[in-house]
Amino acid sequence: MTNDPHGPQKFIWKYILSTDHKMIAKQYLLTGLVMALVGAFTAYLMRWQLGYPNTNAPGWGLVTPDKFNMLVTMHGTIMVFFVGMPLLVAALSNFVIPLQIGARDMAFPRLNMLSYWIFVLSCVALLASFFVPGGAPAGGWTGYPPLSASEQYTGVHWGMVLWITALALEFASFTMGGINYLATFMCLRVPGMTYFRVPMATWFLIGASLAFFFSVGPLIAGAVMLLLDNVAGTGFYIPAQGGEPLLWQHLFWFFGHPEVYVIFLPAVGCVLEILPVFSRKPIFGYRAIVWSMGAALALSYIVWAHHMFISGMNPRLATPFSITTILISVPFAVIIFCMLASLRQGSIRLDTPMLWGLGFLATFLIGGLTGIFLGSASADIYLHDTYFVVAHFHYTFFPSVFFGGFAGIYFWYPKLFGRRYNETLGKIHFWMTFIFFNATFWPIFRVGAGGMLRRIADPTQYRILDQFKEMNSMISVAAFILILGQVPFVWNFFWSMFRGPAADANPWRAGTLEWLAPSPPPHGNWGPGLPTVYVGPYEYSRPDMADDFVPQYRPVGVLGGPAGQA
Amino acid sequence: MDGAAHSDSAQMPTAHFTAKLAIWWLIGSEIMIFGGLIGSFILFRLARPQWAEMAHHLSVPIGSFNTLILLTSSYTMVRAFVSSGRRDRTATCWNLLVTALLGLTFLCVKGYEYAGKFSHGYYPNAGLFWAFYFTMTGLHALHVLIGIIAILILFVFGLRDRLWPIASRVEFTGLYWHFVDVVWIFLFPLLYLTS
Amino acid sequence: MFNNLPQNISTYGADIDGILYLIYAIVGFFFVTMEGYLVYAVVRYRRREGVRAVYQTGETWREMRWVVGLVAVVVFLDFLIDFRGADTWAKVKQDFPSGDVEILVKAKQFAWTFVYPGADGQFDTKDDLTVPRILHVPVHRKIRLTLTSEDVIHSFCLPEVRLKQDILPGRRTPAWFEVTRTGTFSLVCAELCGLGHTKMLGVLEVHDDSGYERWLAETAKEMFE
Ligand code: HEA
Ligand code: HEA
Ligand code: CUA
Ligand SMILES: [Cu+2]
Repeated sequence: MTNDPHGPQKFIWKYILSTDHKMIAKQYLLTGLVMALVGAFTAYLMRWQLGYPNTNAPGWGLVTPDKFNMLVTMHGTIMVFFVGMPLLVAALSNFVIPLQIGARDMAFPRLNMLSYWIFVLSCVALLASFFVPGGAPAGGWTGYPPLSASEQYTGVHWGMVLWITALALEFASFTMGGINYLATFMCLRVPGMTYFRVPMATWFLIGASLAFFFSVGPLIAGAVMLLLDNVAGTGFYIPAQGGEPLLWQHLFWFFGHPEVYVIFLPAVGCVLEILPVFSRKPIFGYRAIVWSMGAALALSYIVWAHHMFISGMNPRLATPFSITTILISVPFAVIIFCMLASLRQGSIRLDTPMLWGLGFLATFLIGGLTGIFLGSASADIYLHDTYFVVAHFHYTFFPSVFFGGFAGIYFWYPKLFGRRYNETLGKIHFWMTFIFFNATFWPIFRVGAGGMLRRIADPTQYRILDQFKEMNSMISVAAFILILGQVPFVWNFFWSMFRGPAADANPWRAGTLEWLAPSPPPHGNWGPGLPTVYVGPYEYSRPDMADDFVPQYRPVGVLGGPAGQA
Repeated sequence: MDGAAHSDSAQMPTAHFTAKLAIWWLIGSEIMIFGGLIGSFILFRLARPQWAEMAHHLSVPIGSFNTLILLTSSYTMVRAFVSSGRRDRTATCWNLLVTALLGLTFLCVKGYEYAGKFSHGYYPNAGLFWAFYFTMTGLHALHVLIGIIAILILFVFGLRDRLWPIASRVEFTGLYWHFVDVVWIFLFPLLYLTS
Repeated sequence: MFNNLPQNISTYGADIDGILYLIYAIVGFFFVTMEGYLVYAVVRYRRREGVRAVYQTGETWREMRWVVGLVAVVVFLDFLIDFRGADTWAKVKQDFPSGDVEILVKAKQFAWTFVYPGADGQFDTKDDLTVPRILHVPVHRKIRLTLTSEDVIHSFCLPEVRLKQDILPGRRTPAWFEVTRTGTFSLVCAELCGLGHTKMLGVLEVHDDSGYERWLAETAKEMFE
């Protein structure tokens, strides 16, 4: 185990080729945020074209239909795989799992470093596609063949090849990461850290890794076939050569649906971590929540065809898949009810992380509930491929990646950098984001219900959309302000990193192990001796204790913690 | 389940256990990859009885020979593991070397088969059956190659008598090698014996 | 949210809209009560000097019983949605009525072509009528479509009819509808199919019976003379 704080390190070993899980977490964090800028830029260009069709977008020029398709594809791919995955899965898992379970580092620190650099490589491969002849991939983030399988249909060859390569590298990177997180979780918990004393954030990160791990394999196989279709002239997905386009859709969505939970679960974990700290109450129904997560995971593998109701698959499959899909509301209902119950009779403080956590609850609820419309196959006949779907998944993804993600970033900021961020800026950032996120995406439900289709480069072509001209411009303005609303964050993030007031080890008075380590934790985290765990993670406001919380590492004699008891 | 009663059940497992767990997770993910490919092939194959005709072009004797080679190599790999447990350097090295050579033989035979197919014009783009054939066996061959490299590295460590500190890697490489072997056990009947 | 749906002109459109409103009512209820409770809780239980939070873990069935009760309600509502939805789905996508009019739809990058069987009622005969872009149909008749694509996946979408069906190349996909109103309506491609996806538009032209016959006759005359 890496227990050796070997003196002052060279720059390259400390910042570039570091094997310290905390440094790798920061690397992922920064990479994800930089990619978020690119993702936001693509969103800006799309929204410009949709709000002010066929005029020059400031700073870029005209968004022609071929460019629009590339932008949609790159936007979706970047936001999901290169922002959501590194921020929520990699950065959080790397930072939080070892600290919360009392490990000194990941089980395989060098593998960890390797997986980060493979991830960087995949970012480079993806971004390079902007510059190759033919331009960026243009098959949508779902890349349905035959469109994506042959240059003759999209006019894009290298872009497509790079897209598949980038995804393959990313999957390799996160598979290595996943092995690491799972092995760390299973083998490196400190004594006393039983499975039912593991904090929520760790549980949900592990859930995310499991979801990823068991769904990505078939898509890797599928990606190999798509790559060969593009470069070797095979016809796995091209009917003219005997292939089957639906095969890709099945492989993609068998992965794709668990994948949305891969991004969603860590966000839930962060929020579950934050709620008890800022309402000084134990999380309500710890076990019910963990079991519900398990149930949701299990269900997530048998709902994929809800993306394919009208794809031309056997129509008799629709109803069974509708039923499983809508049943997923049950575990998530339990989780959300428990979250709300954790607020009841609490002592709530609205610090920045809590604001983001509550913002997550308020917005994700809309995304989850609108999923029910789509889950009903007959309603989906009308709603499929409209902006209603776009609004649904922004109301699920955005809360996950940004509300959940920012909740986590602000919450652990003192631990990450050893300094406090500026509360006022944090709150301004929250309210700007919360207001303009809703101002952007709520109207999108309405234009979607009104019949506006996804992935259209020029809304002026459609007669039924004339009535939405103004609404589309308003949406775009709101989206631009939403993007500008991130400026306070960028300032706060970098300024506080160097100039913020120093943070002590446990600024939030929270009970989980990471708050025992100094801020920021040194290499090896715990100094000479490992902590031992005596109680569950959320022992707040116990009536039998004067202090309003019992940290996990404090022996409380025979009492035991209810969260740790049967 | 009872936290209080088992509060020291979370004893830290050994590094050996952790690494072995990781290998199993790796194999799990590989199973999903090959599972996806094999599953797709089976679905296509069931809908296309005419592929029996093409499977005819694959040589069952050569395929069987290769199966035998791989099975033997799995056996020698087990021998290597057993000898490494006894810290018997000579036997470990020999068995590793033989395993690697058997793996190489497998690849050479595979290459010979590929050459034969190419000379008859059966390229990966000569129809879906061939696309599957080359993708599946190609991906498998890649795994064989990775296995051979890992084994040869262990062999070199053995030659220089630096194997014992990392002796558990013989076991891990063995697990991986058996997995690669098992994949072939699926591929062989699916591709060769369905005519 | 659904007060700006395009007008409904098909026989089954009302069923689909009905499902939308049913789900709207159900999830709307949860939306209002849960957002309401969230705001209430945050205001009501704001931190105050000297007031300690109540220690409650939700680890016992007693504490969890309201969750269990609500979950039972959710399960019930889920199945309600499923059953209502399954009927409508079967009506639109599974139980195809025999068509009064049969039309072959050909999609390719980036245009629609419609083939009518002509006077003999048979496809692939000399008197087939091939019409670009505009789908002419008679009102109050069951229209049976066969959808085909030459290149990539397209999606046949009539928003006012509430019909959408992806078209896979290399396959013949069935679809049907019956319109209750004459007029001109939109026909769009709903699946990203490449550069010209946005421009892959058509028109649905609904005639009354005599108008439709007249159009058929005129088109036949134009084509074969
Ligand atoms: C984080 C991401 C995320 C999450 C969490 C979800 C969650 C859900 N999604 Fe979503 N979805 C996406 C991301 C996500 N989705 C994306 C990206 C797409 C589009 C991909 C593309 O095509 O590009 C998509 C598309 C999509 C479709 C396909 C639409 C189409 O293309 O036509 C469907 C259909 O069933 C669906 C359903 C659901 C359901 C039922 C849930 C459920 O998990 C929601 C469960 C939660 C609740 C229901 C709320 C809590 C419950 C209660 C408060 C109880 C009361 C409820 C009832 C009584 C029902 N989603
Ligand atoms: C996580 C997922 C995610 C996120 C966050 C977003 C964010 C946004 N999306 Fe995106 N979107 C998708 C995933 C996402 N999207 C997907 C999967 C598709 C489908 C693609 C397809 O059809 O193939 C899609 C499609 C899509 C469309 C439909 C296009 C079409 O079908 O034609 C539109 C249109 O309005 C849109 C708009 C926006 C806007 C305005 C935002 C805004 O919310 C963006 C605001 C930006 C930010 C919040 C970033 C802030 C930046 C920072 C915080 C960086 C700080 C930097 C440092 C510290 C260095 N998106
Ligand atoms: Cu055809 Cu889109
Ligand atoms: Cu889904």
